[in-house]
Amino acid sequence: MGTITIDGRKVEFTDEKNVLSIIRKAGIDIPTLCYHSELSTFGACRLCTVEDDRGRTFASCSEEPRDGMVIYTNTGKLKKYRKLIIELLLAAHCRDCTTCVKSGNCNLQTLAHRFGVTNVRFENYKERRPLDESSPSIVRDPNKCILCGNCVRVCEELQGVGVLGFAERGSDAMVMTAFDRQIATTDCVNCGQCRVFCPTGAISIKSDKDAVWDALADPDTRVVAQIAPAVRVAVGDAFGLPKGKSVMGKIVNVLHRMGFDEVYDTTFSADLTIMEESAEFLDRVKSGGKLPLLTSCCPAWVKFVDDQFPEYRENVSTCRSPQGMMSAVVKEYFRDPEHAAGKKTVMVSIMPCTAKKMEANRPNSYTKGEKDTDYVITTTELIEMIRTTGIYFADLEPESSDIPFGFGSGGGVIFGVTGGVTEAVIRRLAPNHTKATMEEIAECGVRKDGFIREFSIPYEGMEIKICVASGLANARKVMEQVKNKEKEYHLIEIMACRRGCIMGGGQPRLAGERTKAARTEGIYKADNVSVVKKCDENPMVLSLYEGFLKGKEHELLHNHEFCGK
Amino acid sequence: MLDQSYYDKADEIIAFYGKKQASLIPIMQDIQGVYRYLPGELLTYVAEQIGITEAKAYSVATFYENFSFEAKGKYIIKVCDGTACHVRKSTPILEAFQKELGLSAKKHTTDDMMFTVETVSCLGACGLAPTVMVNEEVHPRMTPEKVLELIHELRGDSDD
Repeated sequence: MGTITIDGRKVEFTDEKNVLSIIRKAGIDIPTLCYHSELSTFGACRLCTVEDDRGRTFASCSEEPRDGMVIYTNTGKLKKYRKLIIELLLAAHCRDCTTCVKSGNCNLQTLAHRFGVTNVRFENYKERRPLDESSPSIVRDPNKCILCGNCVRVCEELQGVGVLGFAERGSDAMVMTAFDRQIATTDCVNCGQCRVFCPTGAISIKSDKDAVWDALADPDTRVVAQIAPAVRVAVGDAFGLPKGKSVMGKIVNVLHRMGFDEVYDTTFSADLTIMEESAEFLDRVKSGGKLPLLTSCCPAWVKFVDDQFPEYRENVSTCRSPQGMMSAVVKEYFRDPEHAAGKKTVMVSIMPCTAKKMEANRPNSYTKGEKDTDYVITTTELIEMIRTTGIYFADLEPESSDIPFGFGSGGGVIFGVTGGVTEAVIRRLAPNHTKATMEEIAECGVRKDGFIREFSIPYEGMEIKICVASGLANARKVMEQVKNKEKEYHLIEIMACRRGCIMGGGQPRLAGERTKAARTEGIYKADNVSVVKKCDENPMVLSLYEGFLKGKEHELLHNHEFCGK
Repeated sequence: MLDQSYYDKADEIIAFYGKKQASLIPIMQDIQGVYRYLPGELLTYVAEQIGITEAKAYSVATFYENFSFEAKGKYIIKVCDGTACHVRKSTPILEAFQKELGLSAKKHTTDDMMFTVETVSCLGACGLAPTVMVNEEVHPRMTPEKVLELIHELRGDSDD
């Protein structure tokens, strides 16, 4: 508690951990490249340096606030320092901005503009290094790395994976995997959070846009899209619409205009997931099967189990993810010559997630020898594709998705946030769908604050213990406790990205606290306006089970063999 | 794949220093002490045993010039190229070693695994410049002529 004087104005502070947060609270966007409120303080970029009343300069991210401090954030000296820092960073940087995928979305580029760095006086002595394109999800370009260490810290601190580190030192220092191995051969779970935190083009999404454009241009191909729940709340703000507002109808419209023949909603297959997963869960509980049941929707988490907790492979639900179920069902539907109408079907999955690209390539993502999901494009790539078309997205009229796989319940929509899968399971187990019951479920602890939520619900005289966690470092914590028998659960839901898929590795970058909250709110709002709240009341799901899915449930909706990668 | 004996030796060293993160550097030093280099497989093994990520262990191992993932020769010759040695002409000394042993800035170790030649930034013996160290032994006031004598001596020594 206390007051500090920033540029001559008094600012009160309470429990801020550093001077930087107070400066930002005071309405000054102090520049940083290596600072992130969710990561440990690194103090490498020095851009947040401020000056005190005695002319002493220090990095505001690494300074604890003291009552009575007097600081200046924009003195001549500081402006000169900042400009020089940017200039030096650019000197050792691959400056192919015009063709860089991060252009327009790059923190380094933004700061260079902001500080008027129009000339770089120094030569680049860095040896050009090859790109690592081994991963299906991300591309690493070491020539664009500025050594801020964000990827190293997010991988270790938030995701508990830690495949990246600094190698060598001084001017030879580089970010790399151990022994500079190809990222695809490491324990990387493909979550893409490194790409979200990377301020430059050093880590970017492996793009599948070109393949999708080619499919769209082929008249003999039926191109089918499925749209994941979290996508709909992360597209609008790129086109000037309010943050977090669901723009599902506009996305359907734009996809139709782009040439997609069928546009389906992944909330439909999320409903299928809940039908299958709740049945599997009850079966395991009643027949003494392997517990806790671990959710299988998140491919980064499934790979994490495979790499880090192999003894729990059998605990992972056999259910395919909503992406996997939708693609398998759609492909099967169009295998019927009557539906196929002489066209080949290409399944394009639009996801908030980079790991889904890996999931689509897993050996168990094939049915009858055919790949279920042909291409996965992330929300970020979707936005880029919309921009390519030049369509005024904001002005589009909403359209409804296509039948028969375009309708999901509210329970399917909330898959986009942490706790959503569990809440949908609880809704399925609930005896009715009255407003009071739904509200009671929302209050049972599943929507609590925090990245690890523990609670229990009564079911047929039993107490079902549940843990919901997001962020793989938190998942590791939970799993260690389960392994050491400190904790016991019946059901564990894990989403690899903190807050769930709305903050997935394929979502648009530069999402601050407001955006995070707005996306969560947007998902719950979309649930609020859903007529059908639970999967077993989705008429399309029911007719599918009675119709062509009969006898094929196991083949199309389950993994026959555990497979993490 | 390394022979099991390497892992047994590593276990012994790990047990001595304890399975904790802080043991990383002394363990790596001892392993390098035994094998004259740090086998990559053992670094991976040690990281797993003491509970740090492989990337972090690799980070530490590459930070320090002293650790090497490549097998070194029986005689590790460190030619000091610190300021004092440099002005007293350490470069011709390094060149003499490289020429005589057929080594270069990229190739540090002779094929017979007898000699490794590398430069160091300062040995802390500036008064004796230009200085060379062979394993633990300091050779003061070197000249290119003395280099040849030294190599002959070491070669003769190793014939025993």
